[in-house]
Amino acid sequence: MNARKKFVIGSFVIIATLVVLAYVGYTQSKTYYHTISEVSAMHGAILQQRMRVSGNVKDGSIQHVDGHIQFMLEEEGRTMPVVYTGTDPLPDTFKDGAQALVEGHLASNGHFQAEQIQAKCASKYQATPPGVTPAPSQTMANPAPVGSGS
Amino acid sequence: MDIFGSFALLLALVAAVYAFVAGIAGIITRRPLLIKSARNAGMAVCVLVALAVATLEYFLQTDNFSLAYVAAHSNTALPWYYKLAALWSGQEGSLLWWTFLLSIYVFFALFLNRKRHPELMPYVGVILAGVQIFFLTLNNFIESPFRILGAADGTGVMHMARIAEGSGLNPLLQYPEMVIHPPMLYSGYTGFTIPFAFALAALLGRYPGEKWIHITRRWTMVAWTFQTIGILLGAHWAYAVLGWGGYWSWDPVENASLLPWITATAFLHSVMMQEKRGMMKVWNVWLVFSTFMLCILGTMLTRTGLVSSVHAFAESNIGGWFYSFLGIILAVCIVAWYKNRDYLRSDNQLDSLVSRESSFLFNNLILLAACFAVLWGTLFPIFSEWITGNKISVGAPFFDKVNVPIALFLIFLTGVGPLLAWRKTSLDGLRRNFAWPAAVGVGSGIAAYIFGFRNFYALICLILSVFVTLTIFSEFYRGARVISARDHTDIFTSARELTMRNTRRYGGYIVHFGMIVIFIGIMGSAFNKDVERQMHVGDTMAIGPYSLLVQNYDEDTNANYDAQRATMEVFRDGKSVMMLYPERRTYSASQVTETIVAVESSPLRDLYVVYSGISPDTNQPVIHAYLNPLVKWIWFGGVIVVLGTGLAMLPNRRTGIVLRPLETRISEPISPEGAVAPAMAPITHRTSLNE
Repeated sequence: MNARKKFVIGSFVIIATLVVLAYVGYTQSKTYYHTISEVSAMHGAILQQRMRVSGNVKDGSIQHVDGHIQFMLEEEGRTMPVVYTGTDPLPDTFKDGAQALVEGHLASNGHFQAEQIQAKCASKYQATPPGVTPAPSQTMANPAPVGSGS
Repeated sequence: MDIFGSFALLLALVAAVYAFVAGIAGIITRRPLLIKSARNAGMAVCVLVALAVATLEYFLQTDNFSLAYVAAHSNTALPWYYKLAALWSGQEGSLLWWTFLLSIYVFFALFLNRKRHPELMPYVGVILAGVQIFFLTLNNFIESPFRILGAADGTGVMHMARIAEGSGLNPLLQYPEMVIHPPMLYSGYTGFTIPFAFALAALLGRYPGEKWIHITRRWTMVAWTFQTIGILLGAHWAYAVLGWGGYWSWDPVENASLLPWITATAFLHSVMMQEKRGMMKVWNVWLVFSTFMLCILGTMLTRTGLVSSVHAFAESNIGGWFYSFLGIILAVCIVAWYKNRDYLRSDNQLDSLVSRESSFLFNNLILLAACFAVLWGTLFPIFSEWITGNKISVGAPFFDKVNVPIALFLIFLTGVGPLLAWRKTSLDGLRRNFAWPAAVGVGSGIAAYIFGFRNFYALICLILSVFVTLTIFSEFYRGARVISARDHTDIFTSARELTMRNTRRYGGYIVHFGMIVIFIGIMGSAFNKDVERQMHVGDTMAIGPYSLLVQNYDEDTNANYDAQRATMEVFRDGKSVMMLYPERRTYSASQVTETIVAVESSPLRDLYVVYSGISPDTNQPVIHAYLNPLVKWIWFGGVIVVLGTGLAMLPNRRTGIVLRPLETRISEPISPEGAVAPAMAPITHRTSLNE
């Protein structure tokens, strides 16, 4: 067997191993992005998925119940109840009307169990003086990564 | 004044267009004056962009809030160095900064080679001008940093509307490293344009010889160094400022900076195959091309909000421009390669699996696999949405699963590769070089296991690190001993002499050693611990050998921010060792919250304490403490890598005496220019003519 063939076989073994590892890592960490309307239409095994849902925190909906925080996430007129089960304190930007990205899964009672919540306040740099052309598009650079290391 | 800046920017575009058109005309007509004027135009771009940058910086320093960019990214209270950093903290400014750094590179590439490579340089100039045209178009027409805040009065006449105070710089960016990290990283990103231009130019112009590959390698090393510094500074910033206890989260923008670094690393290795053996020419050219395209892709990811990220700038409409630009580059590269593929024919073939060549091949294979995995994982939300309609993201487990074994295999190759002979290594040679380092490595692994070190990957990493470190030091030692025996100098002087005579080789070893130190630091993360709890005053928390006692909480309010602070005493073995003050600030202007992490860093471990906030249920402060072993090694290893790269770029000290024992042991074909001419290499080489 010549060197070239050996190299090709060696490469194949390495690549195959990596592909298997990649697949395992993928199944462990894949997270779906869904809209609230998609979530409400779901049924069956798909409900077990780990997913991220974004929306706005409905005004006045934040409640503290039994040591947990509950609120309603709304988007395009649809709402979804969310229970925060994570351990980190919520970011200060998490307020009524804030944009929030919740990550977790759907519980059988239809509540979304969020393990992580990222929030950004809806209006940061919009306080331009009247009559002035709006400032250039602006960043909310950091939606305070809560527990993003996990 | 803003007219001045935008006019300079417009003139820069004109100069770049001239350099492009006149350059092409010069290549066709071969008129020296035309070629010269194209080159001068290319260099003039740098001066003009510098004027525009200086103008914007002047506005920032003088708090001229009539300019939209200044109003949005600065305020009067900022110290001068953050006003400097405000230049690249927003979309428009950072694109201008990008163009500026690129134009500096272009200036030096053109200036330093003005008397050299007359056949090659016109092509280089045209390609560089083409890249500059793209960025200058964005600067001038799409994302101009010189837009003024204007308001129309009753008669419809526009007036400048100057506002009293700007919105300020994002507090997260108000950190010393943020003044250096972006310039470093951008110098890396932009720097890869130069090797790209030389490689493409050599291909288009069918430039004879291998000279261009040396130029390309040198410029790649410059850009690679900046990229390395930039990535590490970014990781350190994330660690010190973001307060989640880690330094790398596989965020799309972090990944984007890693991708060209990986391909450039692969190139810096495989280029030796081309220099010494005339192999892998096509591969090398494509590595240079991909590195540049990954840089553009990385810029696109940061600028367009294509993939959601912590770092991403505003979502904007420049994505289409970047797509088109990437498409054009790819098309040009493919056509250039296809039309000139015979120019890149390989001189030699792989002789043996146990040889320097195959270690380079495996190195490249593995690096490319890492690059592909990271790219795939980063863009997976986009791909999955195209294919299945569902947007799916992958997280850290995916990246770790693939990249940890790759990193370990790379460490292994780092130890083995440099000591293997070209073409074929005898088993005897293997035994001589590797027996005792391998034995000591395995021995230290067993010792660590006995002491309760049970993480599989960490054990492998330890064994390999010990093995590689020993092979590196024995290389220095063996070489130095030869010099020391002849010159009667002590071993350290001889080692320095040895290094200076072959800076590239021994500098390379130092880079390898630095990488090992970094990997040991990363390995430490396998043993990270963290504790998070609500804590009253007087409560204690135990973590590792430490126990933390909350002495006090206080609040501080000033014009800039409201702060909540904890005063914590740290005990070890019952004795008070230090005080830590983790803090949490909410800035009044922007309502952004920032964590001021309290870190006590030692070579063995970092104690990292975060004031996480007030628990909404009980109104008690929450403290999150992390114990991160060996993190300091990462930063220290980074310094070694940079020093080693700097050393490898120095010219060799001339010496009358050839190091005969070394040269024969590694049995390199004696050919100063690499194996350009097959005739010069040993006759046993099969040349590709009979392919």
